[in-house]
Amino acid sequence: MVEQRFDAIVVGAGPSGNAAAYTLAKEGLNVLQLERGEYAGSKNVQGAILYSDALEKLIPSFREDAPLERHVIEQRLWMLDDASYTGMHYRSEEFNEEKPNRYTIIRAQFDKWFSQKVRDAGATVLYETTVKELIRNTSGKVIGVQTDREDGAVMADVVILAEGVNGLVGQRSGLRDELKPDTVALAVKEMHFLPRDVIESRFNLKGDEGVVIEAMGSVTLGMTGTAFLYTNEESISVGIGCLVSDFKETGAKPYELLERFKSHPAIAPLLAGSEVKEYAAHLIPEGGYNAIPSLFGDGWLMVGDAGHFVNAVHREGSNLAMTTGRVAAETVVRLHRMRKEMTKANLAEYQERLEKTFVLKDMRKYRKIPAFLHGNKETLFGLYPRLLSKAAQTWFRVDGLDKKAKEKAIVSSFRQARTLRGMIGDAFKLARAWR
Amino acid sequence: MSTETDSVKVEEKLYYNRYVVDAGRPHVKVRPHEVPSQALLALTKICPAGCYALNDKGQVEVTPDGCMECGTCRIVCADTHDIEWNYPRGGFGVLFKFG
Ligand SMILES: Cc1cc2nc3c(=O)[nH]c(=O)nc-3n(C[C@H](O)[C@H](O)[C@H](O)COP(=O)(O)OP(=O)(O)OC[C@H]3O[C@@H](n4cnc5c(N)ncnc54)[C@H](O)[C@@H]3O)c2cc1C
Ligand code: SF4
Repeated sequence: MVEQRFDAIVVGAGPSGNAAAYTLAKEGLNVLQLERGEYAGSKNVQGAILYSDALEKLIPSFREDAPLERHVIEQRLWMLDDASYTGMHYRSEEFNEEKPNRYTIIRAQFDKWFSQKVRDAGATVLYETTVKELIRNTSGKVIGVQTDREDGAVMADVVILAEGVNGLVGQRSGLRDELKPDTVALAVKEMHFLPRDVIESRFNLKGDEGVVIEAMGSVTLGMTGTAFLYTNEESISVGIGCLVSDFKETGAKPYELLERFKSHPAIAPLLAGSEVKEYAAHLIPEGGYNAIPSLFGDGWLMVGDAGHFVNAVHREGSNLAMTTGRVAAETVVRLHRMRKEMTKANLAEYQERLEKTFVLKDMRKYRKIPAFLHGNKETLFGLYPRLLSKAAQTWFRVDGLDKKAKEKAIVSSFRQARTLRGMIGDAFKLARAWR
Repeated sequence: MSTETDSVKVEEKLYYNRYVVDAGRPHVKVRPHEVPSQALLALTKICPAGCYALNDKGQVEVTPDGCMECGTCRIVCADTHDIEWNYPRGGFGVLFKFG
């Protein structure tokens, strides 16, 4: 296929692979990037919220030409029961800043743009090429990749695996295990198109302002999961995801769950009259810190979703992907410059560098959260949203009942559903997991 | 609410999507079996593209034309080894326009 030998091969052209390939190429290394899709982004799915900071560290001027949809000025967090939502909204004029902090994006378009930047920086990018496995020398060091093209072997000093959540190349090359059903969420998503002005009036927006909604509660039928609705320029992204182990246990159909969410009285009017143009499904690594596989070895590094770098609580993934991709590449650049071998011992610098970034700090901080959410799913995703709604309704409904009696009714509805000891225990466990 | 949503057809959703099908080379295969495992049976419900169905002998079959390559079925059946799962050849399979 390509005759040459490369300084580095990057497997995958999502945010982590693009960050890595871009950094390597810009520093003058001879880079080959391989992507199985027809174009970068053709296999990729995201909500999608882009966090500026991680991209700014790579391409400070990205706002000039990146396909950004809306900058986020309002975040809504909703707890749903079947008839209501209780929630928190935060909207600030301060988010209308010169360099906004968060944007909604459409991943297939964003990845194409990023991939062009990678090519402009000088990397060789081959699309429609699936990597089958890694090639090793007799001492076990990774020295290249085997692709599904004719004469499909290519050699390099180091291979960066940016292949996303499924991590098949890593698995089939014996670097990692298969994912466990309780460490990944399956998300389904639709793109709903509406005229710009309709979106703006429905969400009370002007110009490129945007709103994002995260929702939890009865919409996941007691499974560990959340739903979302994000405003784009002329479309709305709407989706829902739950742990694969919960889907397996309940036999819930993902697309029925999505329909249920879309027909919720809080959501349906926001989507009314829209034209659906795509239905997508994708996994999200949600096992947290404890599910992170080995990240480096002789001749290889793992970045992004392949390394299980997602902070599910804050719904951050693409920024961890870009940061790990960049840090891995910076490590390789430094070793290359010093003419050092890409051995396991030398590549350990990648993890050491990551320890100093928000990536591993946040992953470690929340290491107990996945087990907490999973272990308490009935109360967290079913009971509490219901109770909260009931309490709010009792409080706001004016029906001749005196306020003291109302307070009592609220307290006793909680106490009936969950003992005081249970509630204190839940709060305590959450606080401990959060710390 | 549930009665109206129970009738949702996944085929109608897949109709929005673009695929380049690698004719004659399915990337997902079910291993021959007499009686399906619980895991394999679950796939007839939880595959987001509805690729799995029971045939009239009570065995699970897969038609991965509408597959979105999520990987769920492979993970669910990892312990029972019911499935052989690969990515489609480069350039084939689902083509997200938006993602
Ligand atoms: C529904 C949903 C909503 C999300 N919302 C958000 C959000 O709002 N904000 C956020 O920051 N994150 C979000 N995430 C997470 C985010 O999408 C991921 O963390 C991010 O895409 C990871 O980037 P990556 O480059 O590591 O992997 P990917 O984006 O998955 O890229 C991997 C690439 O490798 C290619 N590839 C895989 N195997 C091979 C192979 N063998 N050969 C060649 N190429 C290969 C794939 O085609 C793909 O292009 C969301 C995820 C989902 C599913
Ligand atoms: S990979 Fe996903 S969409 Fe494809 S058959 Fe398996 S579960 Fe269905």
